[in-house]
Amino acid sequence: MTLSALLVLADGRFPAGGHAHSGGAEAAVRAGRIKDAADLESFCRGRLHTTGLTSAALAAGAAHGLDPYELDAAADARTPSAALRAAARRLGRQLMRAARATWPSPELDALAAAFPRGAHQPVVLGTAARAAGLGPEEAAHCVAYETVGGPATAAVRLLSLDPYRATAVLARLAPEMDHVAGRAAAAARQGDVDALPAASAPLLDLTAEQHAAWPVRLFAS
Amino acid sequence: MSLRATARITADADGGLPLLVSDGPLALRRTRAAGPYARVTVVGAMSAPLGGDRLAIETEVRDGARLLVDSAAATLALPGRSADPAAYDVRIAVGDGAVLRWLPEQLVSAAGSHLRMRTAVDLAPTARLVLREEQVLGRHGEPPGTLVTRLTVRRAGRPLFDQELAFGPEAPGGWDGGAVLGGHRATGQLLVVDPAFADKPVEARLYGENAVVSPLAGPAALATAVAPDALALRRLLDEALSELAPF
Repeated sequence: MTLSALLVLADGRFPAGGHAHSGGAEAAVRAGRIKDAADLESFCRGRLHTTGLTSAALAAGAAHGLDPYELDAAADARTPSAALRAAARRLGRQLMRAARATWPSPELDALAAAFPRGAHQPVVLGTAARAAGLGPEEAAHCVAYETVGGPATAAVRLLSLDPYRATAVLARLAPEMDHVAGRAAAAARQGDVDALPAASAPLLDLTAEQHAAWPVRLFAS
Repeated sequence: MSLRATARITADADGGLPLLVSDGPLALRRTRAAGPYARVTVVGAMSAPLGGDRLAIETEVRDGARLLVDSAAATLALPGRSADPAAYDVRIAVGDGAVLRWLPEQLVSAAGSHLRMRTAVDLAPTARLVLREEQVLGRHGEPPGTLVTRLTVRRAGRPLFDQELAFGPEAPGGWDGGAVLGGHRATGQLLVVDPAFADKPVEARLYGENAVVSPLAGPAALATAVAPDALALRRLLDEALSELAPF
């Protein structure tokens, strides 16, 4: 395992298309639910402990070597919003392209062949982490970080929020990211896909469908 | 003294209820049929579950049967003498050609309570299901207790829907923030599974600002709603119910 591989995978500059997604922040800003750094923090904390935990566990499962087809079905069952399923598969397809070029591996090739329209992004991420020599903990950390990093970056653009304050929000959430990543990896190591966390957030599901219906938007989701 | 109780319901295609077993606070009554549906009403669950209690309802809807299960009143989670969480397990199996409408009243999480509710549904390939869950956080004007609910639905042995919700003082942080509830005190889900959706998929639909219907990745649709209170929540879910489940 090389820790630097984790930095490459988790880097916002890794060309996987994540920057086009706000993680629900654009809809929350429009609805007046994110107005300042404090709102951003509670939004990110809620997202981290719900969809963040669920996605981190799926990624950790893939990194641990659990069946990626079962994990993809589990991701579908845990994503009631059609708009979010579409976004997850689009992101999965983009990540797959970058990951196969970066860490060529037969497991990535097989997953790409089985899901030509894209597997769920966390499943691709976990498989990519595995190809990079990383384990479930690292894959889960990567997902936990992007779960809060995406909305924070988007909030800076949408609200002209002070980027220092947005970064401070991420730093304050770091212990909780570690906690979520630890829970996710521990669940994955149990080896039972059905028993993986299914934590979810009603407003994220609800507003994802509203957001997808907007005629003009800055972010894809 | 905490309590253990398991109530059981079995419905047959001829409209009979070969098994209808009440237990402790879970009293089951056969009530007047609703159209083609045999109907069972859960009565007397008002004061349960208290902390430490372990309640369960097991329901089997056999091939070709039609069953409606409702409740006479909201279920109120209250703190008990035990500091342990209360557990409420609902296990449901619906056979081929069978229909279950599972439409209980709200689950109200009173201040200081801690309830873990788990609903596991197994559907045969041609089974139909309408299932409503409503979580109300606190009685009027009081802060909520801790409520964790997980709803897992499998169809033909494959996962169809799996969702856990956690609210209240012992839930992970951020549950009241802009990603999860945004200050709302009631939330609910209406799940409709119908093999007919395979040919005629439900389209995503918005019901104002606070409710949405989305197709699942199978022949099913979920209405998700948030509201300031139980009444407003029910209004939203009823609208979705009449459109999604005319059967």
